[in-house]
Amino acid sequence: MIHQQPKLDTSPKVSDEVRKTTCYMCACRCGINVHMKNGKVAYIEGNRDHPVNKGVLCAKGSAGIMQVNAPSRLRAPLKRVGPRGSGEFQEISWDEALEIATGWLKPIRETDPSKLAFFTGRDQSQSFTSFWAQNFGTPNYAAHGGFCSVNMAAAGIYTMGGAFWEFGQPDWDHTKLFILFGVAEDHDSNPIKMGIGKIKARGARVVGVNPIRSGYNAVADDWYGITPGTDGLLILSLIHVLMKAGKIDLDYLARYTNAPCLMIENPGADDHGLLLRDADGKVLVIDRATGELAPFDRPGVRPDLTGTHVQNGQTCHTVMYKTVNRYLSEEYTPEAVADRCGIPAARIRALAAEIARVAFDEAFEIEQEWTDFRGETHKLMKGRPVSFHSMRGISAHANGFQTCRALHLLQILLGTVEVPGGFRFKPPYPKPVEAHPKPHCKATPGAPLDGPHLGFVRGPEDLALKPDGSPARIDKAFTWENPMSSHGLMHMVISNAHAGDPYKIDTLFMYMANMSWNSTMNTRGVIDMLTDKDESGDYVIPRIIYSDAYSSEMVAYADLILPDTTYLERHDCISLLDRPICEADGAADAIRWPVIEPDRDVRGFQTVLVQLANKLKLPGFTNEDGAAKYTDYADYIVNHQRKPGIGPLAGFRGAAGDKAGRGEVNPDQLDRYIENGGFFVEHVPDAARYYKPWNAAYQDWAVGMGLYDSPQPYLFQLYSEPMRQFQLAAEGHGERQPPDHLRARISQRLDPLPIWYETDQHGNEGYTVNALTQRPMAMYHSWGTQNAWLRQLHGRNPLYVPTKIMREQGLEDGDWARVTSPHGQIVVPVMEMAALNDNTVWTWNAIGKRKGAWALEPDAPEATKGFLLNHLIHELLPPKGDGLRWANSDPVTGQAAWFDLKVKIEKVAGPEEMTESQPAFDPIKSPVGTGPKTLAWKVGE
Amino acid sequence: MHPAPSVILFTTLSGLGFGLLAFLGLGLPDVSGWVAFVFFAIAFGLAVGGLLASTFHLGHPERAWKAFSQWRTSWLSREGCSAVAALILMGIYAIGVIFMDQRWGLLGWLGAALSLFTVFTTSMIYAQLKTIPRWNMNLTPAMFLSFSLAGGALLAGQNTTAIVLLLIAGAVQLAYWKQGDTALANSGTNIGTATGLGSRGKVRAFEPPHTGSNYLLREFVHVVGRKHAAKLRMLALGFGFVLPLALLLVPMHDVVIKHLLALLAVIAHLIGIATSRWLFFAQAEHVVGLYYGKR
Amino acid sequence: MTQLPQSTDRKMGLVIDLDTCVGCHACVISCKGWNTENYGAPLSDQNPYGADPSGTFLNRVHSYEVQPPEGHAQLIHFPKSCLHCEDAPCVTVCPTGASYKRSEDGIVLVNESDCIGCGLCAWACPYGARELDLAEGVMKKCTLCVDRIYNDNLPEVDRVPSCVRTCPAGARHFGDLGDPDSEVSQLVAERGGMDLMPEMGTKPVNKYLPPRPKDRIEDQTDILAPLLAPVAEEPKGFIAWLDKALEKL
Ligand SMILES: Nc1nc2c(c(=O)[nH]1)N[C@H]1C(S)=C(S)[C@@H](COP(=O)(O)OP(=O)(O)OC[C@H]3O[C@@H](n4cnc5c(=O)[nH]c(N)nc54)[C@H](O)[C@@H]3O)O[C@H]1N2
Ligand SMILES: Nc1nc2c(c(=O)[nH]1)N[C@H]1C(S)=C(S)[C@@H](COP(=O)(O)OP(=O)(O)OC[C@H]3O[C@@H](n4cnc5c(=O)[nH]c(N)nc54)[C@H](O)[C@@H]3O)O[C@H]1N2
Ligand code: SF4
Ligand code: SF4
Ligand code: SF4
Ligand code: SF4
Ligand code: SF4
Ligand SMILES: [Mo]
Repeated sequence: MIHQQPKLDTSPKVSDEVRKTTCYMCACRCGINVHMKNGKVAYIEGNRDHPVNKGVLCAKGSAGIMQVNAPSRLRAPLKRVGPRGSGEFQEISWDEALEIATGWLKPIRETDPSKLAFFTGRDQSQSFTSFWAQNFGTPNYAAHGGFCSVNMAAAGIYTMGGAFWEFGQPDWDHTKLFILFGVAEDHDSNPIKMGIGKIKARGARVVGVNPIRSGYNAVADDWYGITPGTDGLLILSLIHVLMKAGKIDLDYLARYTNAPCLMIENPGADDHGLLLRDADGKVLVIDRATGELAPFDRPGVRPDLTGTHVQNGQTCHTVMYKTVNRYLSEEYTPEAVADRCGIPAARIRALAAEIARVAFDEAFEIEQEWTDFRGETHKLMKGRPVSFHSMRGISAHANGFQTCRALHLLQILLGTVEVPGGFRFKPPYPKPVEAHPKPHCKATPGAPLDGPHLGFVRGPEDLALKPDGSPARIDKAFTWENPMSSHGLMHMVISNAHAGDPYKIDTLFMYMANMSWNSTMNTRGVIDMLTDKDESGDYVIPRIIYSDAYSSEMVAYADLILPDTTYLERHDCISLLDRPICEADGAADAIRWPVIEPDRDVRGFQTVLVQLANKLKLPGFTNEDGAAKYTDYADYIVNHQRKPGIGPLAGFRGAAGDKAGRGEVNPDQLDRYIENGGFFVEHVPDAARYYKPWNAAYQDWAVGMGLYDSPQPYLFQLYSEPMRQFQLAAEGHGERQPPDHLRARISQRLDPLPIWYETDQHGNEGYTVNALTQRPMAMYHSWGTQNAWLRQLHGRNPLYVPTKIMREQGLEDGDWARVTSPHGQIVVPVMEMAALNDNTVWTWNAIGKRKGAWALEPDAPEATKGFLLNHLIHELLPPKGDGLRWANSDPVTGQAAWFDLKVKIEKVAGPEEMTESQPAFDPIKSPVGTGPKTLAWKVGE
Repeated sequence: MHPAPSVILFTTLSGLGFGLLAFLGLGLPDVSGWVAFVFFAIAFGLAVGGLLASTFHLGHPERAWKAFSQWRTSWLSREGCSAVAALILMGIYAIGVIFMDQRWGLLGWLGAALSLFTVFTTSMIYAQLKTIPRWNMNLTPAMFLSFSLAGGALLAGQNTTAIVLLLIAGAVQLAYWKQGDTALANSGTNIGTATGLGSRGKVRAFEPPHTGSNYLLREFVHVVGRKHAAKLRMLALGFGFVLPLALLLVPMHDVVIKHLLALLAVIAHLIGIATSRWLFFAQAEHVVGLYYGKR
Repeated sequence: MTQLPQSTDRKMGLVIDLDTCVGCHACVISCKGWNTENYGAPLSDQNPYGADPSGTFLNRVHSYEVQPPEGHAQLIHFPKSCLHCEDAPCVTVCPTGASYKRSEDGIVLVNESDCIGCGLCAWACPYGARELDLAEGVMKKCTLCVDRIYNDNLPEVDRVPSCVRTCPAGARHFGDLGDPDSEVSQLVAERGGMDLMPEMGTKPVNKYLPPRPKDRIEDQTDILAPLLAPVAEEPKGFIAWLDKALEKL
C-alpha cells in the first residue's frame, strides 16, 4: 500500500527576539521568555535559568498574552462624573489627574497626614509604597497581609524568624515525608508543584491535611480530611504522641531553641514568666558542663533542657519543662481530639508514627563541615527528612496564629527546621523578631512619619496607640484588639473610615485591591459604605483615589482613577527589601521592564507615585536644593539607597557592576539585569546552606549581602516572650493597660506556648456546615476572568457539597441551593463532591463577577452563575449583646477569619428553574465597553 | 451526537433518491419520455440535493472535490465516488430512457447496484465507527438499505413491493432500536475503561476540563431532546411505516385518490424517516461523552 | 495518504503521570499559546468575553472522582490530548487525506490545506482529541509540537512539546515509546503504564501512569507501632527520661 505525507517545515522560525522579564499573573513571580514577532508579544514561556520556576510556567503565566491584550485594560485617567458606583467617568489627561490628586493630598499633608489612608493590595513594591507613605507622613499604610495570611507570617517570625508563605520552602531534594496543611495553591505556585513532582518522582510520601481533596491534596498519598479550624488540635496531639514516645530531637532543642532557657518564677510580679536574662539582656541557660547559669550563646555552653535555678526562693524551670508539662496532658491524646478533628485516633497515631520513623530512622547526613555560633565545628550536617508546608487553611481562622505556632513547634521539636530534608528559609530569612522594625505611628503635619509603619511589637510599649490610648491607625492595627497585627488590617479600613472610628479620614487611596468585591468581607455592606452620604449630602468617605490596570469592580467606586500599565509595559522591582524571589540556596531579586510600549495613555503606578511625591515635595524624593531626586520608578530603582550601598536591587552594584548585595549605585544596573534574563541570583556558599540561624558562615554571608548589619544568631522561640509581655499587661502589670473587656481574652489567647481554642462561635447556632473557598490554580483572584483563555476553564463556580449533605437535602448536581450564614444568604448552583469532609462545602474563590466589570458582557456566566461567598462573611461577628462588636479575626494578629464561616444549606430549585445566582446586582457601566466576538490571536505570518 | 439538519436532510433525501434510482434502474416502473423525466428528476433531485446538503456542514465546501481521493480507506470518500459513479451511470441510463426510449438493461442494473452501494457506503460511514456503539452494528446498513429500498419502492409506485419492504424496514427499525439501546452498555466501553481507572473503584466525572463549551460537547454530547425519544419513536414508526402501509392498503379504485394517497404515504414516510434519522443522531452516544460524564 | 503507514520508525508520544498531575491546566494553556501562534491556523475562540465562551484547545484536563470499595474517595486529574494511535481510526476515515500519520515518528497530523472540515475524523476518535476550529473551518489536533521537537531554531533542551516543557509538576514525559530502552518506555514498564479504551483497538502510543495506591498509612501500623512506645506516661517520668536521654547525647 502506498503511504504519502506532505513535506513539513519542522524548523520554522520561532520568533524575532526573546525578551526576558518577570511574570505578574500572580505573586509567584516566575521568570518568563517573551517571544516577540513584529514587535508584538507572540508567545510566553518559562525562563529555564530563573531561580523560581526553572523554565516551567503555570496556566496563568502562559495566558499572559491574553492579559496584555485584554479589552478590560483602562485607557486613560478617569474622573468620576456620575454618582459613585455608577461607572460613569470622563477620561482626563495625566496633568489634570495629578493636579486633582495633589490638590487633595497637599492640604492633608500640611494639616493632618493621618487623614490619608493609603492601602495596597497584593502589591509587589511594598518597600517603595511604604517609603512613599512614610514620607507623606500618614500612619495609615499597609498592604493586604492583614486579610491574607498575617497569622502565617507573624507566627513564623515570632517563633523561628521566618514563615512558610514565601519565606521558606521544604528541602525538596531530600525530604522523604512532606506534610501539607491547608494549601490549595499558595504564592509559591510553581515551586510547590515542582517540589511535589520531585518528591513523587522519588516515590516519597506526600500527606495532605485539608478538608478538601483536590489539587495537591488529590495527589497526596494520604489524605486527612480534617474538620476546618481544628488543625491546632491535631498538631498538638501529634506533639503529644511524639513526645510521649520520646521522638523529639533533644540535641537540636538544647542547642538551637529556647527550650533550655529558664523562666522567671515570681508569681504576681511583673516579670513572672519572662525569661531569665543576664545584665546584657542575654537569655540564660544552665550549662550542662558546669551546672551553672550561662548566657545561651557563650562558646562551649551545652544548655541543659532540664536545668533549674533557684532565685528569690523560687525554682525557675526551663521552657522545656513547661512544654513537657503542657503537651503530655491527657487533653491532647488522639482519642481526646479525634472527634473534634474528624479524624480517627488510629490515623493520628499512624501519622505520628510515620513522622517518627522518617525523622529518626531515616535520618541521614550530608558531609559538610560547618561552625555554629558558639564556635563549635560540626563535621556533618544531620538531616531529618520530614518537612511541612502550610498556608491559609490554617491561618485564615481566628485561632490561626496559635495553630501556625503549633505547627512550628512540631517542626522544631522534631529538629526539622533548617536541616537537610526539612524546612529551609529563603534569604533574607531567617530574621528574628529583633532584626525587624517596630511599628511607628507618630504623624506630624508636613513631616514624614517617625519610622516604618509596620513591624513586630515586642510588648505593649510598641502598640500603635495615641497618648490617650486610642488607636493611632485607621485600621486599629497594633491595638489591644489585635496587638500583634504585623501586616495591618486592610479589611477594616473601609468600615472604620465609614464609621469614623477611631477617626474620620479625608482621602482613601488604594492600589490594586478589589475592595468593593472579592477582596472584601461583607461585599454588599462595603458597597453601601463606599456610596453612603452624610446629612449634608457628601460622601461619608469623602475622596477615593484608586489605581488599577483593568476595569475591575472597584473602579466604579473611586473618584479618580490612575490607570496602570500591564506587567509587560513597565518597570518593576522585586526587591530583597520587600517580598523577594529567593530560593533556600540563593538570594535573588528581579525586575520587570517594558518589553512592549503601552498603546494607551497609562502610566506605571510607581512612576505616578514618584511624580506625586515630586509635586508634593516629599522629603525622601527631594534633594536639598528642592529638586526632584527621581524622575520615574526606573530612576528610583537604580539610584535609591536605603542605607549606603543598599538599594532596591542587590545585583550588579558598584560602578563596575561587579558587587552583590552592597555596593555603590550602578547607572547601568537595569541593563545588566536585562542582559542577565531579568533577575539576579547570588548563591549561598555550601557551608552556609543549612542551619542558617546558627551557622557562622551563613551569618557572615548575609552580612556581606546586606541582609543584616551584623551577625544575628538567635534561638527558636518555643516560648514567645512578647506574648507573655501582653499577658502580664492583661494581668495588670505595666503602664499601658488593656481595657477591662479585653483582659481575659488577652490572657487566654496570647499564651506564650501554642494552644488550641475553638474560634468564637457566638451567633452561629443552627449554622453547622463549614464553608470554604479555594484558589483555582488557573485563575488569579479577579484578574483571570478578563482573560479569554482562562475564563473558559473557570467561568462559573458551583458550590461543592459533600455526598452526605446532598442526600440529606435532596440535592442533585445543578440544583440551586440557598446558603445562609448569620450574616446573609446566597442562592447558588451545587455540585456533589465525595472527596470532601462530610460537613464542609466549598467553592472556587473570586470567580463570581459583577455585571459590567472586566469588559465582559453582562450575561457572562461569571455574573449570572458565578458567586462570592464573601456575601456571607462579615468583618464583625454577630452581636453578643454586650454592646460591643467583636471582629471576625484572630485576636492576636487581626487576621481576617475567612474560613470560620458557618452556614446552613437547603434546596430551592431545580437546574432549569433559576437563571441567576443571588444576590444579583445591577450592572455597572463599563468605562471600556466589552470585548470582541471572536479571537484568533496570531501575530506572526 | 448533534443532529445537524444538514446531515439528517442529506441521509434522508439521498437515501430516498438512491432508492428510487435503484428501482428506476431496474425498470420499475417501466416508464419513458416525460413520465420518466419526472421520475428521474425526483430521484436526481433527492439524491443530488441530499449530497449538496451534506456539504453545508463542511468547514471548506470549496475543497469538497478532494474527498474523492481516499476511496481505499475512507467510507466517506467511497460514498462520494460511488455516488458520483451512480449518478453518472444513471444519468446516461436516464438519457436513454427519457430521450431515446432506450433501456440499456445492463447499465440500469449496474446503476441500480451502485445506487444501493452508495446507500451502503453512507451507512458504513456510521456503522464503521466503534466510537458510537449504537451505530457500530450490522443493523445500521440494514436499516439504511431497507429504508432506501422501501422509500424507493414507495416513490416508484411499486405498491406491493413497497408494502413488503415497508414491513421489512419497520422490523429492521424496531430491531435497530432494540439492539441500539443496549449497544453502549454491551460495548465494554465505559468511564472505567475510558479513564483506565475502573479497576480502582467507581469512577465519576468530577469537574469538566472547562466551564465553557467546546466542539466536542456540541457535536458529540447531545442530550437535549433525548427525553422525548419514546414519543419520537412512536412518531417515526407511525409516519414512516404504519401510516404509509395503511395508506397503501386502503382499498381504493379511484386513480386520482390512489395517487393522492400514495403521495400522502410518501410524505408520511419522509417525515417518519427524517424523525428516525433525527433519533439516529440524537440518540447516538459517542464514547467521548464518557469523559465528560455524559452519554 | 489516509492509509496508515505499515509501521513507523519511531513512536513518539507522551507519558502522563496521573499520580503526579495536580490539575493545574498549565499544559492546556501553554499548548493553546504555542499552537495559536505556530503550526497551522490559530486556535480561535468564539464569544471570548460573552455568555458562552468556547474555543479550540488541543489538550484538556479532566478530573474524576474514584470511590474505592473501601476508604475515602479520590480525585484524579486527567490531562488528555491526541494519543497518536498506532491504529488511528481518525486517519483512515478521512476522505481527503488531510489526516495522516507520519511514517518517521508516528505523529498524527492534519494537513490543514487539504481538510474540508467534515468532522468525520473527530467522530472516529474515541478520545475527543480533535476539535474543529470554528473560525478556520479545519480540524485541529495535538501536533505533538512537531514544529518544536525538531526545530533547529530552539535550543536542544527546548525541543520538547510545549506542554511538557511547561508542566510544573513534571507529570508529562515525552519520548520514543517504540524504543524499549527510552526513558518513557522504562517509566511505562516500571509504573504499569496503561492504554485508554484498549478495547477500541486504536493502540494508543501515549500511555498513562496510574495513580499509586492511596491512604495506606494505617496499613503500616504494625511496623510503626513500636516507634510510639511511650518512654514515660507522666510529665515527671518524662523529665526523668529526658535527663537520662540527655546524658547519652
Ligand atoms: N492560582 C492562584 N494562585 C494564588 C492566588 C490565586 O488567586 N490564584 N492567590 C494568592 C494569594 S493572595 C494567596 S493568600 C495564596 C493563598 O494560597 P492558599 O493558602 O493555598 O489559599 P486558599 O486557596 O485560600 O486555600 C486554602 C486551603 O486551605 C484549606 N482549608 C481551609 N480551612 C482549613 C482548615 O481549617 N484546615 C486545613 N488543614 N485546611 C483548611 C482549603 O480547603 C484550601 O485548600 O495563594 C496565592 N496564589
Ligand atoms: N471569600 C474569600 N475572599 C477572599 C479570600 C478568600 O480566601 N476567600 N482571600 C483573600 C485574600 S488572601 C486576598 S490576598 C484578597 C485578594 O484581594 P485583591 O488583592 O484585591 O485581589 P484581586 O482580585 O487580585 O484584585 C486586585 C486588583 O488589582 C488589579 N490589578 C491587576 N494587575 C494590576 C496592575 O498591574 N496594576 C494595578 N494597579 N492593578 C492591577 C486587578 O484588576 C484587581 O482589581 O482576597 C481576599 N478575599
Ligand atoms: S506562578 Fe504562574 S502566574 Fe504566578 S508568576 Fe509564575 S507563571 Fe506567573
Ligand atoms: S501541567 Fe502537568 S500538572 Fe498541570 S495539569 Fe498539565 S499535566 Fe497536570
Ligand atoms: S487519539 Fe484520536 S485523534 Fe489521536 S490518533 Fe488516536 S484516534 Fe486519532
Ligand atoms: S475534518 Fe478534515 S481531517 Fe478530518 S476527516 Fe474531514 S477532511 Fe479529514
Ligand atoms: S504536544 Fe504540543 S500540541 Fe500536543 S498537547 Fe502538548 S503542547 Fe499541545
Ligand atoms: Mo492573599
